[in-house]
Amino acid sequence: MRAKGTLVWAALAAAIAVPLALAATSELIAYRGPVYVIAAFAGMVALGLTLVQPLLIAGILPGVALPRGRRAHLWIGAVLLFAVLIHVGGLWITSPPDMLDALTFTSPTPFSPFGVVAMWAIFAVALLAAFRRRLGMTPRRWRVVHLSLAVVIVIGGVAHAMLVEGTMETLTKAALCALVLAAAIKVIGARVWSTRAKSRA
Amino acid sequence: MTHVKFDRRGLIIGASSMLAAGVSGLVLPAGAQGQVAQGFAPTQSMPGGSNNYQKGAKILERIGKGGFWMSGTVRRAGDGAPLAGQRIQIWAHTVEGQEHEPQSHGATLTDKEGKFRLEMPQIIPLFGQPHGHLAYDSGEFKTVFLRPVMRSAKDKSLEAHFILQPA
Repeated sequence: MRAKGTLVWAALAAAIAVPLALAATSELIAYRGPVYVIAAFAGMVALGLTLVQPLLIAGILPGVALPRGRRAHLWIGAVLLFAVLIHVGGLWITSPPDMLDALTFTSPTPFSPFGVVAMWAIFAVALLAAFRRRLGMTPRRWRVVHLSLAVVIVIGGVAHAMLVEGTMETLTKAALCALVLAAAIKVIGARVWSTRAKSRA
Repeated sequence: MTHVKFDRRGLIIGASSMLAAGVSGLVLPAGAQGQVAQGFAPTQSMPGGSNNYQKGAKILERIGKGGFWMSGTVRRAGDGAPLAGQRIQIWAHTVEGQEHEPQSHGATLTDKEGKFRLEMPQIIPLFGQPHGHLAYDSGEFKTVFLRPVMRSAKDKSLEAHFILQPA
């Protein structure tokens, strides 16, 4: 059992570390300022964390069963939010007019709307997670809202990443995105199914 | 609260709609690229074209150490007559500098056939797309900003064409 656990962790680490390591060898880095490079890697980290999040909340990572997984999910969610802020902030510093175009949905680049919508969905999840009790949100409503926003975050994030032509190597980026989608489908799908089953009972 | 149908079907529909909405922009992109002359209608400025524009770029033989060719034509709207001696400013993120850095900006003049060609350093993808910026901003005609996208980051040249209308 322990061997299997190690294997799962190794696979997860590789899934995230390999694309990042390859990105670090991109020749583009030589021609970019440090702020831009940090912004780019923050985006890659955010993508990697989007793979970790559903695994945590489902409690399927070895050694991180629920309720520990739920607590970790919260903390990693905060890190994910932070990574997105660095990504957007660093890009803003690199070229304010380009970032302004993206945020106002007037950018010519096709990946920008996906990224911006995913960003707002992440902000929404963070705010609701912090204030849902104060807002009197029932656990059931929170689940519906969070799962819906999670779908938006995953689709938006993956589409954004795949359409960007940048530092990440294409095949490993696609592989990571495929894993993000697979994890999301498995976990979100299962949770939607159980929500539906519960509402029927 | 009205009952929201939250099941797998709803999930698939919602996710697909979001994807379709975003991807439709790829299949039917707004904004002109190369102009196919249809009575020589004036070129519209492209979204994001003026980003990091710096007025008064120097007319140069070559920007930096070269290696990449930006070229195109400048014509008059209506009859499509070539416009000679027009100043076209060019800038991009290249292997020698970022878009906002002065050394990344240069200008050239069109020849008597209305063609221009400026050698510049190799363009590098910036903000997810390998692209260049060109501007006509000399007052006689309406200002136009172009932002052509390279088909591949490995391309060694890029073209953009202006059809200008009087200011």
